[in-house]
Amino acid sequence: MTDSASQPRRTPLTGVHEHLGATLTDFAGWLMPLRYGSETAEHKAVRTAAGLFDLSHMGELSVTGPQSAAALDYALVGEPSALRPGRARYTMICAPDGGVLDDLIVYRLSDTRFLVVANAANTEAVAAALAERAADFDATVTDRTDDYALIAIQGPHAAGILAPLTDADLAEVKYYASYQANVAGKPVLLARTGYTGEDGFELFASPEHAESLWASLSVAGAGDGLIPAGLAARDTLRLEAGMPLYGNELGPALTPYDAGLGRVVRLDKASGFVGRDALAARAAAVPERQLVGLTCQSRRVPRHGYSVLWNGEPCGSVTSGAPSPTLGVPIAMAYVHPDVATAAAAAGAEGAGHRLEIDVRGRAEPATLVELPFYRRQA
Amino acid sequence: MSVPAELHYTAEHEWVAIHDSVASVGITDHAQRALGDVVFVSVPAAGSRVTAGEPCGEVESTKSVSDLYSPVDGEVTEVNAEIDDDPGLVNSDPYGAGWLFKVKLDEAGEMPPGLLSAAEYTAMTKDEE
Repeated sequence: MTDSASQPRRTPLTGVHEHLGATLTDFAGWLMPLRYGSETAEHKAVRTAAGLFDLSHMGELSVTGPQSAAALDYALVGEPSALRPGRARYTMICAPDGGVLDDLIVYRLSDTRFLVVANAANTEAVAAALAERAADFDATVTDRTDDYALIAIQGPHAAGILAPLTDADLAEVKYYASYQANVAGKPVLLARTGYTGEDGFELFASPEHAESLWASLSVAGAGDGLIPAGLAARDTLRLEAGMPLYGNELGPALTPYDAGLGRVVRLDKASGFVGRDALAARAAAVPERQLVGLTCQSRRVPRHGYSVLWNGEPCGSVTSGAPSPTLGVPIAMAYVHPDVATAAAAAGAEGAGHRLEIDVRGRAEPATLVELPFYRRQA
Repeated sequence: MSVPAELHYTAEHEWVAIHDSVASVGITDHAQRALGDVVFVSVPAAGSRVTAGEPCGEVESTKSVSDLYSPVDGEVTEVNAEIDDDPGLVNSDPYGAGWLFKVKLDEAGEMPPGLLSAAEYTAMTKDEE
């Protein structure tokens, strides 16, 4: 007998994915498309043309009210009060000890309205933390996840595909800007944000319009190489782009500084914020770990948790690993001891008498330290 | 889901074709779909011995790695040289060009024990879903 409470939730587009023959998976309690056919083909489509993603599992939290900006300055490590309406910023919410609770994008919709987008697995925890932290401010936190479908179109052809469908002048929609617009006759919050390392747009829409929008975009993009892309491709795309994944590169035992993302922590902002003292101490301290990129010489793929070895000695572990369709070799991000990161970079690819390896299920596979990101799009 | 009637199968989702006491081995359509894009296959070396039910290699895909098991006892006579350059053959043609290795059976002329028929394998995969 199955427990209906444990069945994953359907998004407004799950029926479309089923119709397309997608392999579905339970991701953070949502029935999501892992791949439609070949995840490598989907990845390559995003790099060369465009991919269409259902991201309706993400959490949308509205923070509104006369002191919503101040509340967010206190609750988050960033400075949402400094955002102009129509702008967005990548940021994080940390615990008092500086550990990362989630990474987020905050969109400022107006002087007193913000939309905070959280990872699906953390939505409830982030909503609770925001509500608790906003308690002393004239601000209201509402979980509006069920009020949104989220569709992303990502890739060099994305703007060209979207332009004829919308009244917005896409040339005016800068990176990390958001606009209320009409797309294919439906009202959306249109944002030039993404998680692929390519140009692209994320469309926040009413769930009842999701299927229509998906169909309109699919038809519009059919001649330009647009194909649906699932979570498997999403993961390899963000890995190539050097973007962290909460649960891998970020987590409660890690700070933004560990992940090389100290820039999101505004220690200089006027307000105090949760985690400030711990993060200030961490910023001043000698780092205990460094996030690095690794490319591999064999085709055996490093996976989360595999040990990184420096001259045969463990010096860290892999956080994310996958075959890279763009580079043609397996790539990984890993936390290693900072001294090893320095020494490996100095030694260079030939090793100069040193060995950098990854223990792949009992066999030490040679690896090369590379600067992140692995891939950067042409401007 | 393709399950050719003339082949035999294992619970580890391999197929076996036996001719003149040589068993050809690969992974099934069910397995390649579950794995996604195959990026690398490690097969046992020609000349090495394999034991039924024992891991003898690995199939690596974007999101996972699976052990490859030998369905039979014997000596590996041949491995598919195409797989190294084109591991995607395992996805596109798992029963044909995506074959992985061949084994000369220890027990010539005898059907190896423990193999499933197409009907039994189909029933087994339905149960797993």
